[in-house]
Amino acid sequence: MTFPLLSLIVFLPAAGAAVLLCLRNDDAVRWTALGFTAVDFALAVAMLAAFDTTTHEMQFTERHPWVPAIGITYALGVDGISALFVFLTALLGGICVLASWVAIDRKVKEYMVALLSMQTLMLGVFSALDLFLFYVCWEAMLIPMYLMIGVWGGDGRVYAAFKFFLYTLAGSLLFLIGIIVLYFHGGRTFDILALSAQDLPFDVQSWLFFAFLIAFAVKVPMVPVHTWLPDAHVQAPTAGSIILAGVLLKMGAYGFLRFSLPMLPEASVYYSTLMLALSALAIVYGGLLALAQDDLKKLVAYSSISHMGFVTMGIFALNLRGVEGGILQMFNHGVTTGALFLFVGVIYERTHTRSIAEYGGLMKVAPVYTGFLALFTLSSMALPGTNSFVGELLVLSGGFAANMAVGTAAVLGALLSAAYLLGMYRKVALGPASVGARYQIRDVNVREMAAILPLAVFVLWVGLYPKPFLNVIDASVSHLLTEVHGKESGP
Amino acid sequence: MDPVISIRPLLAVAVAGLAALAVLFLHKRENVRDLVSPLAAVVMFAIVASMAPTVLSGGTVELRLFEVLPGIDFAFRVDALGMVFATVSSLLWILAAIYSIGYMRHLHEHAQTRFFACFATSLAAAVGGAFAANLFTLVIFYEVLSLVTYPLVYHHEDEAGWAGSRKYLVYLMGASKSVLLAALALTYHIAGSLDFVPGGLLAKANASAALLTVVYFCYLFGFAKAAVMPMHAWLPAAMVAPTPVSALLHAVAVVKMGVFCVLRVVFHVFGTGLIGGLGLGIATAYLVSFTILMASIYALTRDDLKARLAYSTVSQLSYVVLGAVLLSPVAMVGGIIHIAAHAFSKITLFFCAGSIYCASGKRNISDMAGIGRRLPWTMGAFFVASLSMIGVPPTAGFVSKWYLTLGSVQAGEIAFLVVLLASSVLNAAYFLPVSYVAFFGGERPEGLSKVREIPLVTVPLVATALLSVLMGIFPGYFVALAEGVVR
Repeated sequence: MTFPLLSLIVFLPAAGAAVLLCLRNDDAVRWTALGFTAVDFALAVAMLAAFDTTTHEMQFTERHPWVPAIGITYALGVDGISALFVFLTALLGGICVLASWVAIDRKVKEYMVALLSMQTLMLGVFSALDLFLFYVCWEAMLIPMYLMIGVWGGDGRVYAAFKFFLYTLAGSLLFLIGIIVLYFHGGRTFDILALSAQDLPFDVQSWLFFAFLIAFAVKVPMVPVHTWLPDAHVQAPTAGSIILAGVLLKMGAYGFLRFSLPMLPEASVYYSTLMLALSALAIVYGGLLALAQDDLKKLVAYSSISHMGFVTMGIFALNLRGVEGGILQMFNHGVTTGALFLFVGVIYERTHTRSIAEYGGLMKVAPVYTGFLALFTLSSMALPGTNSFVGELLVLSGGFAANMAVGTAAVLGALLSAAYLLGMYRKVALGPASVGARYQIRDVNVREMAAILPLAVFVLWVGLYPKPFLNVIDASVSHLLTEVHGKESGP
Repeated sequence: MDPVISIRPLLAVAVAGLAALAVLFLHKRENVRDLVSPLAAVVMFAIVASMAPTVLSGGTVELRLFEVLPGIDFAFRVDALGMVFATVSSLLWILAAIYSIGYMRHLHEHAQTRFFACFATSLAAAVGGAFAANLFTLVIFYEVLSLVTYPLVYHHEDEAGWAGSRKYLVYLMGASKSVLLAALALTYHIAGSLDFVPGGLLAKANASAALLTVVYFCYLFGFAKAAVMPMHAWLPAAMVAPTPVSALLHAVAVVKMGVFCVLRVVFHVFGTGLIGGLGLGIATAYLVSFTILMASIYALTRDDLKARLAYSTVSQLSYVVLGAVLLSPVAMVGGIIHIAAHAFSKITLFFCAGSIYCASGKRNISDMAGIGRRLPWTMGAFFVASLSMIGVPPTAGFVSKWYLTLGSVQAGEIAFLVVLLASSVLNAAYFLPVSYVAFFGGERPEGLSKVREIPLVTVPLVATALLSVLMGIFPGYFVALAEGVVR
């Protein structure tokens, strides 16, 4: 039996949560949580280093019977697509702990336990090869997230947490029905790979496609089921926002890639124009909403809707550049938007306001902060040289190939992103230094730098040399497209 | 012949980048800090010049760093077109660096460290763009140039500074995040690569004429730094910057980056054959002719000297594009060498505007009556550069206009000959009155008695005026490079 590396990565945070329960001192809790997430990240790096990029087969697989009577197994494994997100989730774990260091000052232990359990469940979603296991993680995730927003959130936390829970639960129930249908149509198995190899009749595919669509669209979120997102982001603590934007939103898109495309290929092709149109709508509408915000967190939240529109557009362009660009944008969005929420948190801890109108001239008092904020703002608007530009170029190139009108709409969204992000930066960082008089602002400290720097590295690394990242997903994406389009037409 | 593989293109960029870091590092020791920029400029010019013999003999200097995406590398390739731009930028940086020290110190400007650091980074970006081997590498440097010049435009941090810099960024970023982005994505979609190819990347592309036409105009307006109307309004707005910025960046590095990108698209992305085949050459020629004439008329109406110079720049940039899209070899040579001719003359004019402002605090032409008697060197240089802008022999402007007019005849397009001549008359109409007023206007003006030349400011502007004349007499270097591009 080989070393169960993937299980270790998935369950290490949970083990950490168990250790935390035995601790009393808040600082010990923080350091222990940081230690566990750091080791977990190191393991994820090791996993990615050992990853064979030449094959689309699942790697690091583990299979143990769980409930053999109805075909449930404990099955883990990663292909290129999931490996990238295991890596991203592990990366953001430690950053979330750092972001919560002083922001969370009550019930620290309970908070960190929720955070680490969340981490295990998210890693479980990305590495599950059994539909039942996947669904358990997918649903259970709602509980720690609900608690993080509802207990440690802002003034409207209860409303936001409830709304978040209702929306995702409603989507998940349709997903559950879809899973049951799939189970009976697909030979009574929960094995995701076996189900992907099934050939379902088109009408079954269609029904399942829409059931999955609603479930995943809520998570992504796509317009018009996006309204939970701004509330959840605004009320969530910083780490909650980072997890929401960095990982949770990716799960919807991951669902499309793992379930809709391989299991329902004909329906995916048939409804791709609809999906492209919905993506274009999200890109433009999200951008317009972001343009109108005064609250920093809301602005970043609405920008997420627009950026995730690029992701779904890339995926449903159903060509190599589009899908690879979409996946790369998922990773980029995790890094960049995670960082932007971190930045909002950092400044909020000092000023206790998120209103853009109350800021100005921050560059004079916090040059390091505004310098890095510039980097992430430019990354978010996909300036050439940053990570998002590579993804956006691929997505647009794939999008134009699929549908000229949708590509054109996406370009409009890109223009909007420049407008709201540069506008935000100008108002916050430049102009007369009005903020210095009212607040004692210190620049970023060592702990904050430790959270910012890794993300900054990825902005430039992916921006200039994305090849290692594209290599990881390349074989899996090519295989996926061959499956979708059928062997005869090719990707 | 085989390309020469060398690290020199990267070194040229790195010198300016490191200079910017050194400036930041030395922010407390002003005298040492101010020595960094001229030194770096000399080193950069030497590196650029060292590659000139290879390029003049028809070769290229290349450096491939790594693959970004399939069909897209991060790579440098020094060819004749890039050499024109890089030579002009690095040579004039030496003089502008000296001028900046005189100007900034004389006016006791604030934030000088930021100023010099951004200035050096701008040069790194300009030369990086000149040496870029493909559109991907080019747009990275293009955008870096937009960003680092932004603090230079808002330098004064007053209301006008914020408003001007805002317009600056809105135009440049707006264009690149919309039409330019679309053009890049479409090009990658059509050709599967973003490389510059002699004869044109898209020349053999399998795409409809309509799509290619759309892509072409997306590039033309997407590279807003070329200031083809209606994408020109950022340039007059950028005049709120300190004058050394207006001189080197908004008369040379930034705007020439714009027309350079357009030339790259015409020569190496589409290829002159495809441009002609699609009938885009003449369409563009009419478009830029409108810009040439309209901007000159705007310039006539401006009393603020820098604003007049800015509109003149808008007009002159379109000469470069006009030369390229007339598609006759002679006109193309004229367009390319106009990059250099306009650079030497326009930087002189801006240097003079700055010198007048430093010495007397005056910006408006109507206030400059008699100032030539107090600032003979400055206004003498201004007159020489004006002649070059009008195209009077033996100045640089004469050479490029000669090629342009000859080229429009060769192309059989008499309409553009008329445009060029009319524009020269307009040039004379808005430049000569400045010299006239300065030397002959006003009777023994009071209040000018304390106005004196400032050596550190005057020497560079005399040097650039001499360069304008020298290039008029010895245009061989730039003509040879331009013929290398057209060949």
